[in-house]
Amino acid sequence: MRRLASRGWRPLVLLAVLIGTWELYVDLGGADSLILPPPHQIASSLYDDRSLLWSSFLVTAREVLLGIMLAAIAGFACAVALHFSTRTLRPAVYPLLIASQTVPVPIIAPLLVLWLGFGILPKLVVIALVSFFSIVVTTLAGLAAVDPELPKLMRTFDATRVRVFRLVELPAALPGVFTGAKISVVVAVIGAVFAEQAGSSSGLGYLFQQSVPQLLTARAYAAVVILSAFAILLFGLLALAERLVLPWAYQPLGERPA
Amino acid sequence: MPAEGATKDMIEAPEKEPLDVDGPGAVRVEAVGRTFITRRGQLDALAGMSLHVGSGEVVSVVGPSGCGKTTLLELVCGLQTPDSGTVSSAPAALMPQRDLLLPWLGALDNACLALRARGLGRDRARRQAQPWLERFGLGGFERTRPAELSGGMRQRVSFLRTLLAGKPVLALDEPFAALDAITRLQMQGWLSHVLETEPRTVVLVTHDVEEAIVLADRVVVMSPRPGRAVAEIEVPLKRPRHRTDAHVVELREQALEALGMPR
Repeated sequence: MRRLASRGWRPLVLLAVLIGTWELYVDLGGADSLILPPPHQIASSLYDDRSLLWSSFLVTAREVLLGIMLAAIAGFACAVALHFSTRTLRPAVYPLLIASQTVPVPIIAPLLVLWLGFGILPKLVVIALVSFFSIVVTTLAGLAAVDPELPKLMRTFDATRVRVFRLVELPAALPGVFTGAKISVVVAVIGAVFAEQAGSSSGLGYLFQQSVPQLLTARAYAAVVILSAFAILLFGLLALAERLVLPWAYQPLGERPA
Repeated sequence: MPAEGATKDMIEAPEKEPLDVDGPGAVRVEAVGRTFITRRGQLDALAGMSLHVGSGEVVSVVGPSGCGKTTLLELVCGLQTPDSGTVSSAPAALMPQRDLLLPWLGALDNACLALRARGLGRDRARRQAQPWLERFGLGGFERTRPAELSGGMRQRVSFLRTLLAGKPVLALDEPFAALDAITRLQMQGWLSHVLETEPRTVVLVTHDVEEAIVLADRVVVMSPRPGRAVAEIEVPLKRPRHRTDAHVVELREQALEALGMPR
């Protein structure tokens, strides 16, 4: 906490400078406040529309959290399956995985709505689709980065393939899993917005889409602010969990006893 | 197989002194050749390499870098198969060159790895390894992770892990090469003492001739690649041996000569 207190002011100062510049730029007539609302209007929208923003946020947050969980489970399972079949499955599936990432979400999202309806399901699929890939790639990299001497050592200890995985490869891959999860929470928020814009009647993405044509730009920006804060919060929670679950990955190479 | 008996003994009666390896723990490597195909062509690691180690004997293998010493150990451990010749060895456990301790486990759990690999539960493995940890001077460091252990301690944990595999043969791959000179001398004395109380068949690969003489009953000298045995030096000296002892110095010079170093 003390470290946070002593370093946490730096991004805040930068943020204050950026917001100040923005405010001055709009106030001095650099841009029409309907196109680029000044920060104080966004702030007052955050307050005035708080109940609308809050209920929209709850919808989006639920989608994002469930979608990430889906992506994490599917991504992890996929990475483990590919790891166990480096020769056959991995070369067959990996190019398709990459291809799945090039499918433009704004195009596939409306199709998913057609297939899966207006409920939460198409949103979960879109979010899982955009965040799945980083989890697979980082988990797979973590599993493959185990020192090749270790499985050899384990074999002279008569370890089965499954035990090598459980005792050595899986724990070694966990930092990679966390890295993938941290990347994916951020893209999951973007995925949620696309999914809601493709067809929904609630959520921050929907609110954003409705606010712009009504010239409620400040409200649209307020929705973006909440989305960003949510992504930062999720990222921070994961970073915190990583420190608690994997203290060894943060162990500084300090003094050693003789 | 003797290893089976030892294993059972360990699982059923962890309090008793485990690891009874009276039975044949011999290693026979006969005229072995091993060739690797690399991108730059064929690489003959071993050619006509023979090595016989009797049950309970400690044999050092010295040779220049890249003479196939590590390949030899992997053959003994069954991690590779020879392209020609035969290898027959009692079950062997490897102690790798780098300690390869798992950074997320404390010293005790790292020492338990071989037991866990065999399917023992965590608590049983810990109970079994605990007295050994104390015997190896690591008491109080049970939960200390490798990053906070000294080089000598890490090497002791690594050795204990291999010892607890319960195999009659220990294949030690330059175990002290990464240590500083003073720690290395201490660890040599320590290993010599441990092997006196816990006799095993040991194949110790090293490039440190003095280490080979101080620790082994017999020293096998290998040629540069492709490696084969070019000389054998018996070390009929009582333990503990001291590196300044005139006999040790004499044998060391013999071994260096066999390696092509003029006196």
